[in-house]
Amino acid sequence: MVTSVTNFSRSGLSDWIAQRVSAVVLLAYSLFIFISLLTGPELSYAAWSELFSHTAVRLFSLLAIFALCVHAWIGMWTIATDYLTASHLGASATAIRFGFLIGCALLVVIYLLWGIQIFWGS
Amino acid sequence: MKDTRPVNLDLTAFRFPLTALLSITHRVTGVIIFFGVAILLYLLELSLKSEAGFAEAQELLTSPLAKFVLWGVVSGLLYHIVAGTKHLIMDWGVGETLAGAAIAGRITIVTSVALIIAAGFWIW
Ligand code: HEM
Repeated sequence: MVTSVTNFSRSGLSDWIAQRVSAVVLLAYSLFIFISLLTGPELSYAAWSELFSHTAVRLFSLLAIFALCVHAWIGMWTIATDYLTASHLGASATAIRFGFLIGCALLVVIYLLWGIQIFWGS
Repeated sequence: MKDTRPVNLDLTAFRFPLTALLSITHRVTGVIIFFGVAILLYLLELSLKSEAGFAEAQELLTSPLAKFVLWGVVSGLLYHIVAGTKHLIMDWGVGETLAGAAIAGRITIVTSVALIIAAGFWIW
């Protein structure tokens, strides 16, 4: 089995599976939000904040933000290692790819902390 | 480094059939929503903070530019979801043929265009 020190987990296969599992979670959460927005009564602060006050919804939101981080990190890693390569960028490719991936990792961590704060902050 | 090592395919040398265009669009929308999530989280945080924050978010979304940006992110998400669902179904082994892929590709286009137009109506 091919292993790499830089992907999300230890092998490409587990990345592949993680990306699919997280996709299903994100799909379910997106549908939940779309349906809530479309079928609810006229959107109001009372109804909107009520929705996010349920423990189940908070847990689902937390799961979704976690899935988003896993999914986006694997996705951006795949893209970076496809395009930011020596055959496209020449000798500086490794440095550029590293910079880009560090930026992505930072954003992922920010999203995670931000999401936790939104859903569990108060 | 030996220069006989294999290199990745030179993508710029190919002409893209429909399925390849759909695939690259899925990738591009993935990147767009990765950054667009910042906007969605911002709006969510604002709208949940307080009555005043909720009103502020609603006020923000009355500007045509904000509507357009939101529509852009939502469209990216809708396309990514439709194409992603197709991807998952095909990973499952359904329709994994040339003909199947062509049909699934058409369904993807029609469904996502319909959803994107509907989202536009909903936002405006
Ligand atoms: C909500 C935020 C989401 C973000 C930021 C996101 C981002 C991305 C990115 C950057 C990729 C990499 C693209 C590539 O490798 O070509 C990707 C791949 C993928 N996404 Fe998403 N995605 C999101 C939601 C979803 C949802 C809801 C689904 C489910 C339908 C989904 C299904 C997929 C699938 C199946 C792949 C793998 C494509 C492949 O292996 O070629 N994604 N996503």
